[in-house]
Amino acid sequence: MSEQTARLESIRALIAAHKRWDLVFATVGVLALMVGVLTFVALFAQMMIDGAPRLSWDFFTNFPSRKPDQAGILSAWVGSTLVMIVTAATAVPLGVGAGVYLEEYAPKNWMTDLIEINVTNLAGVPSIVYGLLALGLFVYGFGLGQSILTAGLTLGLLILPVVIVATREAIRSIPAVIREGAYALGATKWQTTSHHILPYSTAGIMTGVIIGMARAIGETAPVITIGALTFIAFLPAAPFSGDPPAGLFDWVMSPFTVMPIQMFNWTSRPEAAFHQNAAAAGLVLVVMTLSMNALAIYIRYRLRKSIKW
Amino acid sequence: MTSLSQANRIEALPDTFVSDRLARRKLRHVQERIIEFVLFLAACVSVATTLGIVVILLTESFVFFQQVSLWDFLTDNQWTPLFADAHYGILPLLSGTLVSSMVALLVAIPLGTIIAIYLSEFAPFGVREVAKPFLELLSGIPTIVYGYFALLFVTPLLQKLIPGLPGFNLLSAGIVMGIMIIPTVSSVSEDAMRAVPMALREGSYAMGATRFQTAIRVVTPAAFSGIAAAYILGISRAVGETMILAVAAGMQPNLTWNPLEPAATITAYIVQVALGDLPHGSIGYQTIFAAGLSLALMTLVFNVLGHMLRKRYRQAY
Repeated sequence: MSEQTARLESIRALIAAHKRWDLVFATVGVLALMVGVLTFVALFAQMMIDGAPRLSWDFFTNFPSRKPDQAGILSAWVGSTLVMIVTAATAVPLGVGAGVYLEEYAPKNWMTDLIEINVTNLAGVPSIVYGLLALGLFVYGFGLGQSILTAGLTLGLLILPVVIVATREAIRSIPAVIREGAYALGATKWQTTSHHILPYSTAGIMTGVIIGMARAIGETAPVITIGALTFIAFLPAAPFSGDPPAGLFDWVMSPFTVMPIQMFNWTSRPEAAFHQNAAAAGLVLVVMTLSMNALAIYIRYRLRKSIKW
Repeated sequence: MTSLSQANRIEALPDTFVSDRLARRKLRHVQERIIEFVLFLAACVSVATTLGIVVILLTESFVFFQQVSLWDFLTDNQWTPLFADAHYGILPLLSGTLVSSMVALLVAIPLGTIIAIYLSEFAPFGVREVAKPFLELLSGIPTIVYGYFALLFVTPLLQKLIPGLPGFNLLSAGIVMGIMIIPTVSSVSEDAMRAVPMALREGSYAMGATRFQTAIRVVTPAAFSGIAAAYILGISRAVGETMILAVAAGMQPNLTWNPLEPAATITAYIVQVALGDLPHGSIGYQTIFAAGLSLALMTLVFNVLGHMLRKRYRQAY
């Protein structure tokens, strides 16, 4: 009898020992997550402490300067905004078009396979390689120079895979019933696509576009590689301004700087006062990218909850 | 396809039979074909981008290798293209790239894997719902911000632990890079683990295994190729990362395997050259394309490997 009890006891001890490992690992898992959380907190706190005192109206309306306390990010945020306009104008039509083609039109042949493999591979190309492509092709090949147009096109190509993948996923989640209904009423393929498929997938496409744009706005390496200047103390010409009057799109050929480059410039200077400017610029940049990402996550969350086909 | 055969039938009829309605149909058919062609062109832009990258890197590197032999490029242990006594050995840049990537992977692989196992097998629903978007946000922070963080927060911190650590070093850049890569590793690994069928876990539990035993001995081996793909994706990101290294690891080429020293990576060198103004067509200008080609080849190998591994785990069940 006592032998049985002893065995039971030893089995219980064994189970308890193994269950303890469950607890240990769950703790380790939470700790590992905490490393991420702590890094995020430290990063944000460091920039807040350093940069927040520099954030003022003047910081947004001043040009960069040799005097750290007068320097601002006017040319940088204007440049970033203009580059993003060109990027969106490149990536959205091309990405959505390619996504629609691959999901709705593409026949099953080697060309389609090639495009699909290619999109997957492009997503893994380091961003600086896009910079080299742009330097060889846009800057010197097409003679576009170190302009807003070059930067916008480069970043547009960079985020193209993101937009294509998001478009395809959004379209794929639309049930076949919708298409069949449209075809049954005599709609052509494009009518089905433009009246039904695209409107229903807009929210999904938007998440992809926003995530892509958030990535593009923080990209530094490709924009530096094309040779963007780090010190710009003027703004591109406004449409229809100047003498002789400039056209609507003259600003695309203007030299520029962007937020991450401005931040890089200030970070790589030895003076601590410029590091404060870098922190303030970084804060603006992080708030911008994080709010864009949060918006995308929120749209996706809403989408998952609300859609019932 | 049906609209195509109808269009052919319309063409076969004499003109007088074609009513307005049918003519409109024919016009619409032409429109449809034009739209399809335009969409096809949009899809081809991605192929053209790849072709463009390959052509630009190869042609510019070709000019470079006419002046510098491939043997010198691969074996010379100095990289001083901008000095009077120019040496073009990729090894110093390669060592910087490899050492910083190793440090990053030593941080990202253990932490990323643990997070993936925890989120996939242990975490309650609420934790998952919060942790996944948070990790996604973490990967959305611009790399220049991580670079700033490495230089002005992590390096001073490490200098207190390791006296004599220089202001620029591969260690702090590598650590921050590793933290940046954690979300990549964890989300791809977690996807692989969640793709493991429930029946395997149920079988394991039925045999009396605990959660931890199931996670380590059943789920992880079953998802192995997917996890390996996540690691390779992480390696490829580490090798191609630029700004953290350009900011925090210095820009001096240095043939070293010691993470405590400053050293330039391939990417940091490209940034350094791009910041100066070398004339278009000079040998210094061509060096960045040769460096870029080496980088692209390295990441290509890793990406193809990762792709093959991921394909395997998709077919597994």
